[in-house]
Amino acid sequence: MDATDPALLALVDRVMQARREGSSLCLRGGGTKDFYGEAAQGDVLDTRALHGTPSYEPTELVVTTRCGTLLAELEALLATQDQCLPFEPPHFAAGSTVGGMIAAGLSGPSRASAGSVRDHVLGATILNGQGEVLSFGGQVIKNVAGYDLSRLMVGAMGTLGLVLEVSLKVLPVARATATLRFAVDQAGALTRLNEWGGLPIPLNASAWWDGSLIVRLRGAEAAVKSAALRLGGELIDPSLAAPFWAGLRNHTDEFFDNAHAALDAGAVLWRLGVPQTAPVLDLDGETLIEWHGAQRWLISTQPAARIRAAAAEAGGHAMLFRARSKEAGVFAPLAAPIDRIHRQLKQSFDPAGVFNRGRLYAGL
Amino acid sequence: MNAPLPTAVAEDAAERVQRQADVVAALGAVLPPHALLWHREDTVPYECDGLTAYREQPLVVALPETESQVAAVLRVCHALDVPVVARGAGTGLSGGALPHKRGVTLSLAKFNRIVRLDPKARTATVQCGVRNLAISEAAAPLGLYYAPDPSSQIACSIGGNIAENSGGVHCLKYGLTLHNVLKVRGYTAAGEAVTFGSEALDAPGYDLMSVLVGSEGMLAVIVEATVRLIPKPQVARCIMASFDDIRKAGDAVANVIAAGIIPAGLEMLDKPMAAAVESFVHAGYDLEAAAILLCESDGNIEEVEEEIGRMAAVMESSGASRIEVSENEAQRLRFWSGRKNAFPASGRISPDYMCMDSTIPRKRLADMLLAIQKMEQTHALRCVNVFHAGDGNLHPLILFDANDPDQLHRAERFGADILETSVAMGGTVTGEHGVGIEKLASMCVQFSPAEREQMLALKRAFDPKGLLNPGKVIPTLVRCAEYGKMHVKRGLLPFADLPRF
Repeated sequence: MDATDPALLALVDRVMQARREGSSLCLRGGGTKDFYGEAAQGDVLDTRALHGTPSYEPTELVVTTRCGTLLAELEALLATQDQCLPFEPPHFAAGSTVGGMIAAGLSGPSRASAGSVRDHVLGATILNGQGEVLSFGGQVIKNVAGYDLSRLMVGAMGTLGLVLEVSLKVLPVARATATLRFAVDQAGALTRLNEWGGLPIPLNASAWWDGSLIVRLRGAEAAVKSAALRLGGELIDPSLAAPFWAGLRNHTDEFFDNAHAALDAGAVLWRLGVPQTAPVLDLDGETLIEWHGAQRWLISTQPAARIRAAAAEAGGHAMLFRARSKEAGVFAPLAAPIDRIHRQLKQSFDPAGVFNRGRLYAGL
Repeated sequence: MNAPLPTAVAEDAAERVQRQADVVAALGAVLPPHALLWHREDTVPYECDGLTAYREQPLVVALPETESQVAAVLRVCHALDVPVVARGAGTGLSGGALPHKRGVTLSLAKFNRIVRLDPKARTATVQCGVRNLAISEAAAPLGLYYAPDPSSQIACSIGGNIAENSGGVHCLKYGLTLHNVLKVRGYTAAGEAVTFGSEALDAPGYDLMSVLVGSEGMLAVIVEATVRLIPKPQVARCIMASFDDIRKAGDAVANVIAAGIIPAGLEMLDKPMAAAVESFVHAGYDLEAAAILLCESDGNIEEVEEEIGRMAAVMESSGASRIEVSENEAQRLRFWSGRKNAFPASGRISPDYMCMDSTIPRKRLADMLLAIQKMEQTHALRCVNVFHAGDGNLHPLILFDANDPDQLHRAERFGADILETSVAMGGTVTGEHGVGIEKLASMCVQFSPAEREQMLALKRAFDPKGLLNPGKVIPTLVRCAEYGKMHVKRGLLPFADLPRF
């Protein structure tokens, strides 16, 4: 593909038009994350026409793919070479695209051990609010030429530009996996996770809910085997473990089903990002813990201010992940200088406010 | 270009003296007298960093001892529109800490305290001037270490590592500085306190950490960082494999990855480099080999045993002419001693050398070595090569004698040739040393005017007056026009598939 690609030209045209008219566009791939972030504004710009994977080099551990590529398609391609996206991006429904994965920046169960979406971005080609096609980063792991604007796109909710194409670091599928279960309360689970994190064992993912701590070991066969012996617990059959982790990753697990039901009764599904060592938080509601303690899901009816204060006190932040009303603001408010930098960054990438106006914070 | 008229020079000098007096007076109000240097004999040590070919006399050097002094220096400079160049250990190799002749060099050398080691969270909170290796040394009793290990780790400081997004020999498996830093505290150009990232695994809003790391001191001044520590592997073992053909060695690198192995380290030396280090450290390197690979595995004992077996099998099937596996720690360190001494060994065989730092896709390693051999003829200079083969990061060392101006000129041309070839191969002009002042011209080749303008716009978002380390990293349009080379287009841009040579 080149600069004469009709799908690219059509996107550029729409952006230029919106810029002239002073209107806003809502970037959208499969629409599987329509629920996420602040309310969408403006006409939908469907990104799916720009799809495909122009280059995949298994021995380089790099894949370059376009925004409209289905995440499921990309992962199937990697699987043919026994490779994967180690950060396990969620598929909340069929139709998730690469563009949405980058814009939302959400990572799955393995994040605390394997790194985040952002950690695996090597480069990106973006369309900024002036209609310019710009490439940053590259296809190599080590690259410090200029500011790393490609990783800045991750989690920006599409407010800085439309990611047209992205290069990702991929990894071989681990040779061995084992899932263990322990009956333990929340405080005990956190203590164990923090202790195990300091051991040279291939701890890859963890989840605590309702008195059960489930951990996944992943790595070389010998390492997984010896770690499983060391930790003890009940070995879960792979035929049960795989759907469990997939349910956690894609939010189809029982906890998230409960959350959906609770939304109708006025509750909110919060996502709290806190240090792994944060103690049990003094908040009411149902809690599921991931990322060795660093990600805490909470179904609660407590006021937003109370929840945000508890997260901040623990050294983190609280995000309103799913709710019927988003009046409290989805993302935690920013400190003054950081807020100013956000506004000026938006101005520098998208001065006319074409992209996803208000989707991250009001005014961006 | 015409030489400036003598009267203009005199006016410049007078203006500088006046400006210096103004800045010294203003900073004198916020710093103790011993924390302020401006006499020429005192500021000489700050004239350059690890890239000694470029030197500049700073107007003033400030050595604050407290954070409130850092903030005050920044506020004063902001009010007077004086550029500020933050400086850590001064070991950088691209001139990122080269002083600004009308600016203040802000030395953060006194911020050298390890604030907190948290064994439970596995983090270290350190002031920016703490040396890279000092973090791992302090964490060692806890069975933990800080993974990124640039070869200057004895001397370089964490603040500088963050500014450059430093790598090291273990990046492929353990990531770069960006992947190992959780939180950074610092000050904006205007002297406001600012925190990036958090001790949680994410923070709300834009991922500003990803641009701050590697921004070469142009977006904010860093005073403290919280970094991730990881458990020390039980054991590490290394394979040293010889190849009689550069292509076979290059293929072996790709074959290791294709076999699903992520080595802890994977390094390549070419024949002239092996000869240079062998006569220096006597590590037992194979002097007949066209290329030598060092391939390391770490983890628990069984895991390493398993992986070393698989690695050795790949080396053998890739046509290695000799394979040695380290049987103990002493032997492993001996294998590495040659690689780690590549730079000083080069210093012994040549009066000067110029170290390049580009990165290319791994599959082009052999092509690049062969291209460099041709360039040796073109520029009539020798070049010895060490590569971080696992991540495609090259450190060709161009040997020359700086006393011969023609050799210096040829070495610069040779270097530019390597960088442009790297970009054309789909790589980048700098993998870990940074752009600084040294590679400004090469940035014109790698990025389009619109891309560079977007980077400058990003800088303005952090530093609207453009006072933090101005003139580094992102070349101006005028500078690129003077350099006179088109940028090499990649990705979505036209003719991406057109072979360049």
